[in-house]
Amino acid sequence: MAASIAIHLEFGGGAELLFNGVKKHHVTLPSQSEPWDMKQLLVWIQRNLLKERPELFVQGDSVRPGILVLINDADWELMGELDYQLQDQDNVVFISTLHGG
Amino acid sequence: MCQVEEDYRGQMERAAAPRLCFKDFFIHKFKAVLGKNRIIFPGEKVLLAVSGGPSSCSMLRQVQEGLSQKANKKLRFVPGVAFIDEGAAIGQSVEERQRTVAELQAVFQATGFPFYILPLEQVLDLPASVVATNPSPSEQPASAYKAAVHHFVETDGSNFPRPQEPKKTLLPRVQESHTLMLQQLLGSVKTLTAREELLNTLRQHLLVHTARTEGYSKLMLGDSCTRLAVKLLTSISLGRGAQLAQDTGFSDSRYGDIILVRPMRDYSAKEVAYYNHLFTVPYVVIPSVDTKTVDKASIQRLTESFVTKLQTDFPSTVSTIYRTSEKLQTACRKRSGADGCDRCLLCLCSLDTAVEEASAFQATLISDQLSGSKCLRGSAAETPRPGRPESPPPTAQCCSSAEGRGCGRAGSDGGCCSSAKLPETTRLKSLLCYSCALTVRDMSTVNHLPQYILSEAQRRQRRSQMREEISDFLLEDGDEGN
Repeated sequence: MAASIAIHLEFGGGAELLFNGVKKHHVTLPSQSEPWDMKQLLVWIQRNLLKERPELFVQGDSVRPGILVLINDADWELMGELDYQLQDQDNVVFISTLHGG
Repeated sequence: MCQVEEDYRGQMERAAAPRLCFKDFFIHKFKAVLGKNRIIFPGEKVLLAVSGGPSSCSMLRQVQEGLSQKANKKLRFVPGVAFIDEGAAIGQSVEERQRTVAELQAVFQATGFPFYILPLEQVLDLPASVVATNPSPSEQPASAYKAAVHHFVETDGSNFPRPQEPKKTLLPRVQESHTLMLQQLLGSVKTLTAREELLNTLRQHLLVHTARTEGYSKLMLGDSCTRLAVKLLTSISLGRGAQLAQDTGFSDSRYGDIILVRPMRDYSAKEVAYYNHLFTVPYVVIPSVDTKTVDKASIQRLTESFVTKLQTDFPSTVSTIYRTSEKLQTACRKRSGADGCDRCLLCLCSLDTAVEEASAFQATLISDQLSGSKCLRGSAAETPRPGRPESPPPTAQCCSSAEGRGCGRAGSDGGCCSSAKLPETTRLKSLLCYSCALTVRDMSTVNHLPQYILSEAQRRQRRSQMREEISDFLLEDGDEGN
């Protein structure tokens, strides 16, 4: 049984437009039997936070290409991408690189 | 890249060490690209075009860092900042626009550089000199750069113009009628692709004009590597192949006296985003005409989506495209005539529409005619609307347009002669390069174009007509001497 964990989410680079313009979210993920991983977090975000146009944020299992994901300020590719297991007080940042120049 | 090192160091070392390495590399790249190209002379005034987005704000921060006292190998130019408020193009309310401008103003004031907030409506008031060809400054020999730097170092930079105290610029008030005119212009463009292209052109004109009036000789644009890769492919799709080198290269001298420079072209969008996040570079997200649109809304969007998707599976995509663009060079073409008739009216690149035998362009024209649609350079883009106030002009005027191209192909009956403004559209296209002509073709009417474009078009047409009339009396280059 994994305890519920608190996660700090941030959206930047234009991604916040899909979340009502709110950049920072402090969320608590409910406890469940297996530890939370990024794949489940994305599903959770899509279900609970995403206000509009899910196809602009999520594509299939993963994020849409062009969205940079940082876990504790490190690129998620170095952490195992979707298989990374979340820990309490982790900081996950989604930055859209498709906007602006 | 430094980020790879972080993996090996594991999560224990949340230290600043990897970040400093990344930061140094990032800053170094900026100075290296400027130093390598030796285009910006010491003491020169350079205008930074900041859109508020991550790349241009990152560029602003790099310039700030580079000019700061403690930097080794300090940058040596005098910067100014220009921001174009395009709220009218996306239908933002006045309050929303003022809020965005206020946010950016705070950012600019913190840098201490002089800045200019330009509402896009100002394009309606530009003078025709913006699209007239200006003579480029004489080619400086390579040694001139070294000499200038040497001189600068000798005088210890005492002649270095101090950055002026930023004037307290009031946010310019925009007349609502201008906003409406601008929206009318953008509304007359039928496709999003053409609208984005037109906006791009107008934006550039406004920036160049501002640079000229405020005394800047260089204009820095913040296009990142990813952006330029997308732009390269988009340009090819839009028929801008001939202008690729200028559109995506490091320096772009099409305006003659103002040179456009792209110092951020070595940075991928991901690097920029990462740097901005780590070092809290302030930027403002401003929606543009293609925000939240579907993938197929415009060619630009489609290409961007294609490249970014490909990049996830093949991380070398963007850099490969970028390397290809580096190899492009502008072929030096003999400039014909001082009146610059060989330049496109909108994008100011050399015209690529000489119809040569068996050229791709000729093939396009032929297939256009054969398919029975309105020919590209011939007749109307306008369909007759019921109740148009203008009376149709005599047929003779329309069908004997200056170029003498067959007008009889008009697909829509009588559409050719339906409006007094028709010859305008026809003749305008002959002054444009292939892709700008396509953009104009997507407009329902060219009358909403800003006055400076239309008056320059008329001027060129008159010149070319006059030239034809007196052509018998002109001495060509080959006729000289005995």
